[in-house]
Amino acid sequence: MTEDTEIFRHTISVLVDNEFGVLARVVGLFSGRGYNIESLTVARVDETENLSRITIVTTGTAMVIEQIKAQLGRLVPVHKIADLTIDGPSVEREMALVKVVSKGEKRVEALRMADIFRARAVDTTEDSFVFEVTGVPDKVKAFIGLMEPLGKAEVCRTGVVAVHRGTDVI
Amino acid sequence: MANQEMTGAEIVIKALKDQGVEVIFGYPGGAVLPLYDEIFKQNSIRHILVRQEGGAVHAAEGYARSTGKPGVVLVTSGPGATNAVTGLADALMDSIPVICLTGQVATHMIGNDAFQEADTVGITRPVTKHNYLVKDANDLARTVHEAFYVATNGRPGPIVIDLPKDVQLASGKYLPPSMVKHKSYKPQVKGDLKAIKAAVKLISNAKRPIFYTGGGVINSGPKASKLLTQLVRLTGHPITNTLMGLGAYPASDKQFLGMLGMHGTYEANNAMHDCDVMVCIGARFDDRITGRLDAFSPKSKKIHIDIDPSSINKNIQVDIPIVGDVAHVLEDMIKVWKSEVHKPEAGATKKWWAQIQEWRAKDCLKFEQKGKAIKPQYALQRLNELTKGMDRYFTTEVGQHQMWAAQYLQFEEPNRWMTSGGLGTMGYGLPAAMGVQIAHPDALVVDVAGEASTMMNIQELSTILQYRLPVKVFILNNEYMGMVRQWQELLHGGRYSESYMESLPDFVKLAEAFGSTGLRCTDPDKVDDCIKEMIAIKGPVVVDMIVDKAENVFPMVPSGAAHNEMLLGGEADGAGPKVTSDGLSLV
Repeated sequence: MTEDTEIFRHTISVLVDNEFGVLARVVGLFSGRGYNIESLTVARVDETENLSRITIVTTGTAMVIEQIKAQLGRLVPVHKIADLTIDGPSVEREMALVKVVSKGEKRVEALRMADIFRARAVDTTEDSFVFEVTGVPDKVKAFIGLMEPLGKAEVCRTGVVAVHRGTDVI
Repeated sequence: MANQEMTGAEIVIKALKDQGVEVIFGYPGGAVLPLYDEIFKQNSIRHILVRQEGGAVHAAEGYARSTGKPGVVLVTSGPGATNAVTGLADALMDSIPVICLTGQVATHMIGNDAFQEADTVGITRPVTKHNYLVKDANDLARTVHEAFYVATNGRPGPIVIDLPKDVQLASGKYLPPSMVKHKSYKPQVKGDLKAIKAAVKLISNAKRPIFYTGGGVINSGPKASKLLTQLVRLTGHPITNTLMGLGAYPASDKQFLGMLGMHGTYEANNAMHDCDVMVCIGARFDDRITGRLDAFSPKSKKIHIDIDPSSINKNIQVDIPIVGDVAHVLEDMIKVWKSEVHKPEAGATKKWWAQIQEWRAKDCLKFEQKGKAIKPQYALQRLNELTKGMDRYFTTEVGQHQMWAAQYLQFEEPNRWMTSGGLGTMGYGLPAAMGVQIAHPDALVVDVAGEASTMMNIQELSTILQYRLPVKVFILNNEYMGMVRQWQELLHGGRYSESYMESLPDFVKLAEAFGSTGLRCTDPDKVDDCIKEMIAIKGPVVVDMIVDKAENVFPMVPSGAAHNEMLLGGEADGAGPKVTSDGLSLV
């Protein structure tokens, strides 16, 4: 039974009509059927066709992941669905804004860490930084973890966006 | 005409006419007055005034299921829309094409908690296949045409179109159906030929095959039922139908094993459990069918044909999935079968049929009509016999009577049997029968009912009176919510908590109050006379058939049990499969 119970993490891209209520349909589908959403991003990506792209990171057994894609496919405004986790290699990125409030040595250490993670200070006062860090979710998570003892005060993450590598398109 | 400006209400009614709509089931109110004004001014669409909006949706479902055409509903905003929700959920679960037009407050008032405002698209989103809020009269025609396309293509389902009152009054341009094409919704109808060939090979090599077919065959149209019958006869294999699928294969045929599932026949369920090849066509491995999942048909290779990809591998992993419309796929399967690339060995299934005959010999639906009380099974058996050969349609409510109806009525054709399968909506049968009778004015339409269910939409007797619909309501009155009582007997120590119906109305007098004829029958010897009288009466009839209160529905696969662990009734106390604590938590 292990193959039925093992939980996988998948990144799914959905191309939808940019219309009233479409996000509610997608989110309602996940909550109504008890699927997980680890992160969700949405924005219009095609102005002429008026399409939005939704990127969902979800977890579930192989059977549940298949169901999620099939259920998304039933939604009438959905044009395309791609499972970036199994389609082949893909690029995933997430951005976070991390506010760090600290003084003295901690402040210096925060700046040094930010440098290593290629995080940029996008706002600063004498007592604070706002760092912008971009990368795969693990990197973002690691950076946030390191800021914890250095005065981490507030975190905002965008959730994952992703595309196929190479010439493949959704 | 196409470029002429029209009011929103005119556009909607014109679009309905162009879609071939003949009947609307509805109830007026403030937010739909412009639409009702248009209805008043024309004669080609007939409006049936129901007595509660829930009745309108069930009537539209009955109309749709007996004709294959989408049913149309028109209700007002707020409570009109919320009352329709149960019917919409019912239509979604049973894949019935329904277009429900709802009034809405004017666009500038949306979100202001206006009088009779409800977030209709929000509320109905999870109970519809798709829904629309139209904010511009120029979008009305396209939206209505798209709604019909979406409701009837792919796996059918209900669609809500929410129409703010100012949009009904505004002017816009009309578009004919031919000018509207959906940009994203294109369901796959042709099955993958490679998979079809693999499926035919599997079927022809089977030693213990079974066809298990459902409502998808009916939804695919009468042609699909003909093709199914053809294929099953070509193969000579046994077939069982789900509750939704009854009528897709003639019940009187030798190869038919009856209904399967929780109250299916002994032979059908055992054949499902022991088969080596299962051919599931237009059914969805629902929990009422499978019983305990990990014990479901453990030895079989499974083929699954469904138009909805999400039905495949949802509950049960299958070996050969085929996404497509049942009629298309069956047509291809028959072609492949006839090409004889895979020829079954002669007599390959002989042992299997011998086994099936052994199961059949149990005669699991037998009952004894003895004593003074009418057995409900007897009443239905007589109803079936005495209406045989007539142009007859049956609807049901939900509960014990529904299961007995499925067991004892016989369906030779599709679209003759309307029952709430997926949602199990008490109160479905009476309004559904109305919808069927509107579509088939000269047919015999019988709502097989329980006294509890029928009370849930009893107000529709008034609609029946208004339109002189000769609907027959055949109540099996046991003064209990019978199925609840049965579960309480089997699972809760016989503590009949709130399942006894006290203070029931006198159904004969009630019928008379609504202009129907009321007949009561308490004597087994008079059952035939009562049914004959019911048939002979030209107008609506309510039959109050007083039946044995303690009767239970058997066979029964108890919750959490496997197909081959059936209760057949008459077991000594404690015999038969025990309901596990896991099973107790199942519905």
